[in-house]
Amino acid sequence: MSETTEDQNVRVAAICDQLITLEGPLLPILHEVQEEFGFIPDGALQTIAKKLNLSRAEVHGVASFYHDFREEKAGKHVIKICRAEACQAMGADALGDKVRRHLNVDWSQTTADRKVTLEPVFCLGLCACAPAAMIDGKVVGRVSADRILEKVGS
Amino acid sequence: MSIKVYVPLDSGSVALGADDVASAIAAKASKSGADIKIVRNGSFGMYWLEPMVEVETPRGRVAYGPVSTDDIDTLFEADFLTGGDHKLYLGRTQDIPFLKSQSRLTFQRCGIIDPVSLEDYRANEGLTGVENALKMTDEEIVKAVTDSGLRGRGGAGFPTGIKWNTVREAPADQKYIVCNADEGDSGTFADRMIMEGEPFVLIEGMIIAGLATGATKGYVYTRSEYPTAIDVMNEAIKVARAAGVLGDNILGSGKAFDMEVRMGAGAYVCGEETSLLNSMEGKRGVVRAKPPLPALEGFLGRPTVVNNVISLCSVPVILEKGAEYYRDYGMGRSRGTIPIQIAGNVKHGGLYEVGFGLTLGEIVEQIGGGTASGRPIKAVQVGGPLGAYFPKELFDTPFDYEEFMKRDGLIGHAGIVVFDDTVDMMKQARFAMEFCAIESCGKCTPCRIGSVRGTEVVDKLERGEEPELQLELLRDLCETMKFGSLCALGGFTPYPVLSALTHFPDDFKPRALDIAAE
Repeated sequence: MSETTEDQNVRVAAICDQLITLEGPLLPILHEVQEEFGFIPDGALQTIAKKLNLSRAEVHGVASFYHDFREEKAGKHVIKICRAEACQAMGADALGDKVRRHLNVDWSQTTADRKVTLEPVFCLGLCACAPAAMIDGKVVGRVSADRILEKVGS
Repeated sequence: MSIKVYVPLDSGSVALGADDVASAIAAKASKSGADIKIVRNGSFGMYWLEPMVEVETPRGRVAYGPVSTDDIDTLFEADFLTGGDHKLYLGRTQDIPFLKSQSRLTFQRCGIIDPVSLEDYRANEGLTGVENALKMTDEEIVKAVTDSGLRGRGGAGFPTGIKWNTVREAPADQKYIVCNADEGDSGTFADRMIMEGEPFVLIEGMIIAGLATGATKGYVYTRSEYPTAIDVMNEAIKVARAAGVLGDNILGSGKAFDMEVRMGAGAYVCGEETSLLNSMEGKRGVVRAKPPLPALEGFLGRPTVVNNVISLCSVPVILEKGAEYYRDYGMGRSRGTIPIQIAGNVKHGGLYEVGFGLTLGEIVEQIGGGTASGRPIKAVQVGGPLGAYFPKELFDTPFDYEEFMKRDGLIGHAGIVVFDDTVDMMKQARFAMEFCAIESCGKCTPCRIGSVRGTEVVDKLERGEEPELQLELLRDLCETMKFGSLCALGGFTPYPVLSALTHFPDDFKPRALDIAAE
């Protein structure tokens, strides 16, 4: 929080300079900005727009189209639970309900203590070891609600 | 010489604990002074046996599985490093019936080799396809692919050779090969498995596509949900570049081809080829109207081949062994092999590559072994979230593009999701509409609005509000979406909805009335 907007812009501009020669650089830039800050800061949109000779609205349009890009920082832990059919067939709905109840959040929300963000995901490609989840970037198969909660210490 | 121990790096295997198993084996070996080399290979696709550990022995590779960290002590006690007997002993890997009965052409080296070892790949006849292609004219390569009968494995089933020829004949200063690795369909994981387990075959397939069409640049567009596949692909590309397989002088031929990996950002619709191209260009992933075809105006307006991973990975074997060899597998107009992915509530879930033509019942009941829960099968969804639900009465349908269409279904990317008798088909129909609403790109009205109205209609049906009228509305809405949508997302969402309605009408009785009747 101590970082000034100006510092932020310098970092975003550096990312743009590094990737601008790619064919179709906007998605790689947005991914890199999110990697750097944990989300896409509002001010970054203008900096990216300027660098790529686009309007801020265009960049916002792209960033907001994709489920991956966040407008605010996620909680300390990110739980992604697969809600697609193969996992449904193995009880993913009940699993999701239990985790939501326990954390007292709905899908795409963060707990009040900012400890856990819960997100739905539609398929992790782990359909033969369902139900599946991804916790802080690590995949888990044949998972239970208790195991998910244990992994984030809740 | 150190003993080779194989522990998969495949995401499915890792999700079941392979990383911990690998470190536990390494720790135990170093403590006991055993000289071993752990190779992180791809998976053979038998997920009920994962993590499956293999050891190289004089009688061949033998397997143990499913191994957990708790089994490591007893495995060492049983002398598994020489293939000793243990309760998890599975015999020689190649003799495991699930594997032995397959016809692995596309996945021939997946699981066998170290994924990023080009030496391993070459030692198993890798690169023979591209070496042959380099001796042929572009027309001859296209002809071989056309003659093989290969059709797009992403789901549309369009003949690959014809697409390539359109790009070959299109004049342009720059053409592209785009590999659609945006495998978002639930129940499918073939693209992930091959990118993680045998990335060089995709690289080889893309080079051949480049030689056939005059494209010198390739992209693999894959999902952010597949971090391991991205890492393995990037590493393999680096190795291939260093070895002169990619670059300005492919294998010393003087011809150029290079490629890179691009990561999507969690939009299902980007698996549709035109929306994928927009996404790669840095735009919102909205669908483009066709024409123009991507083959003529694709990435950055240039002629572009957009092929699924499995289509491209099937090309090297065609160039290696000939069109006829590949065409001899399969049935009807569905030639060659298809990696079927068996998933959901199933006992033996995994990847099974075989010629087209097995019946759905054979796949689910014999190969898949029925449900994991042990309950009766009620429905099987084939082809991902946009595929139809099949009841047991249709289990005689042969796995073939045309045969599935005759039964109002589609094979899609060949993913099969099994449900037991606890599934509520009205809920599944509602989910199909809900999923379409979440993932719609918003470009066309039938998909954007129709899917939202669809969920509302199912909700009313569930509440018992004028059920006859809602059923009629739902069918009418599906008709509009099917014929009025720009792409398969809106256009195919009616498949799961209508198949659920047609084959499982009892599940669509109003719930409120049931309660009232009690």
